[in-house]
Amino acid sequence: MSWLRQPATETQITHGGRLWLYILAGLVLLFLMLPSIIVIPMSFSESQYLEFPPREWSLRWYRNYFNSTAWMQATETSFKAAILTMIVATLFGTMAAYGLHAARLGFAGLILGILLAPIIVPVILVGIGVFYVYVKIKLVNSITGLVLAHSMLAIPIVTMVVSSALKSFDMNQERVARSLGASRLRAFFFVTLPQIRFSVISGAVLAFLTSFDEVIVSLFVSGGSNSTLTRNMFNALRDQIDPTIAAMSTLVVILTSILLAISQFLGKNDSRSD
Amino acid sequence: MSHEAGLNAKGLRRDALAERLILFSLSGPAVLLVTMTMLVPVGWLFWLSFLDDAGGFSLEHYQRMLVQPSYGRAFRITFEISFITTAICILLGYPLAYALSQLPRRVANICMIAVMLPFWTSLLVRTYAWLVLLQRQGLINTWGIKLGLWDSPLALVHNLNGTLIGMIHIMLPFMVLPVYATMRSIDRDYLKAAANLGASPTLAFWLVFLPLSLPGLVAGALMVFILCLGFYVTPAVLGGGKITMVANRIATDIELFFNWGAASSLGVVLFILTGIILYAASRLVRLDRFLSGGGA
Repeated sequence: MSWLRQPATETQITHGGRLWLYILAGLVLLFLMLPSIIVIPMSFSESQYLEFPPREWSLRWYRNYFNSTAWMQATETSFKAAILTMIVATLFGTMAAYGLHAARLGFAGLILGILLAPIIVPVILVGIGVFYVYVKIKLVNSITGLVLAHSMLAIPIVTMVVSSALKSFDMNQERVARSLGASRLRAFFFVTLPQIRFSVISGAVLAFLTSFDEVIVSLFVSGGSNSTLTRNMFNALRDQIDPTIAAMSTLVVILTSILLAISQFLGKNDSRSD
Repeated sequence: MSHEAGLNAKGLRRDALAERLILFSLSGPAVLLVTMTMLVPVGWLFWLSFLDDAGGFSLEHYQRMLVQPSYGRAFRITFEISFITTAICILLGYPLAYALSQLPRRVANICMIAVMLPFWTSLLVRTYAWLVLLQRQGLINTWGIKLGLWDSPLALVHNLNGTLIGMIHIMLPFMVLPVYATMRSIDRDYLKAAANLGASPTLAFWLVFLPLSLPGLVAGALMVFILCLGFYVTPAVLGGGKITMVANRIATDIELFFNWGAASSLGVVLFILTGIILYAASRLVRLDRFLSGGGA
């Protein structure tokens, strides 16, 4: 254990003298990881009661989940809403980011402020506001209403991601393409888009997850046969703890990890290329 | 000749402006959507908060907030929880960021996966996991008793403890990321200079390193505090219905009492408080720098 007596860096106390720091850091890392990891073994437990480590293994909670009409319907709603949100938010967000970037108008900053507003306003206020308006125009419990509200929450994220990619993109390239006879649209699709595509895809993934994970707005405006997974899950957590949630949680963890790994990987690629 | 050139220049300028306006209109659909689903609804609630039952102008909803103790309690518990969460996030997050910032970059990046993992896990999944871990026969209580740390099961969930644990877990990455980024950018030569001038490692930390890392710490703390103010899901589930933060109170006013005026006024006050803190924060540190670098 001689390294304990060595200084941590040339100006610092020995490793041994700050062993507490390493132990604390390790414990905090464990604290951060524990909840994400625990649900996986939990979901394969045979027991009705939540015990860890499980005494017997089984797939009964997965069977329960896949055999439940309510959970299946909620899963379908959540996927539908998330995919539609992804399409709407990515399209509108990218258009806005590109338009504001290329137009270079003085009040573009103000418009950007409006588009980013949903991040700042407390979600609960947005949730009841949307609910109030939807009651009036009869959009409560509809997929359309859910997608519109979720798109509003996702547009700031897409706009931010794409805007920051455009900041490091040299617009002269597009000008060159147009001076060679390409139309603005053609120049965008063949010159600009290929170079910011990773950010656009990463924005799309984040938009999907924004909708898929969203709880508060879904609680207010989804319901009946169009209840989302998050709404059902929230209500289940308030009532009683059913291990079926562990099975579903594991599936959600896997899905989210895959999608986020993709978006992180692609996001890195974009910034590396400029 | 010069006259023609002048016309041409004017025409070009007009064309350029027209094109910029067309480009600008690309933001139309997004602006329209955000206006219809956010600005109009929130503006409407703002309006409602100033109306009484008969539809006349009144400040009764705001007055009630001052008079009725349950509203005052909701605000007090919200600020208390946000404050405690921020304080513990500093106490846990700063040392972690410090330790990580001194590791070789490759090792630190692997450890950063653990920091990002909560970001990657759905909020409800984590909330569920905490319910399982913290309950009376849960993992924490079983192991705590087995290891002799405490004798009988502790009440860790369905109360303030559970709410705090859940919120600290959610907020900790928001603290660690900006602090870590700031620490990485600190020039180590300052510490060498301090040591050279006779400062002990402890003194050099307090007088040189800590002040240099302060911008990240302040940014992280403010972000954590502001985000905490709007929490709804964690207190609702891990608080077991006993913890009523402002957002929970707003939901109850709608779900049980259909009192739009009361809920709206609470929401407006919450929003304005958030806005004031955010504005003060933006004058203090450049939050946007950390927000864009903060990952998902």
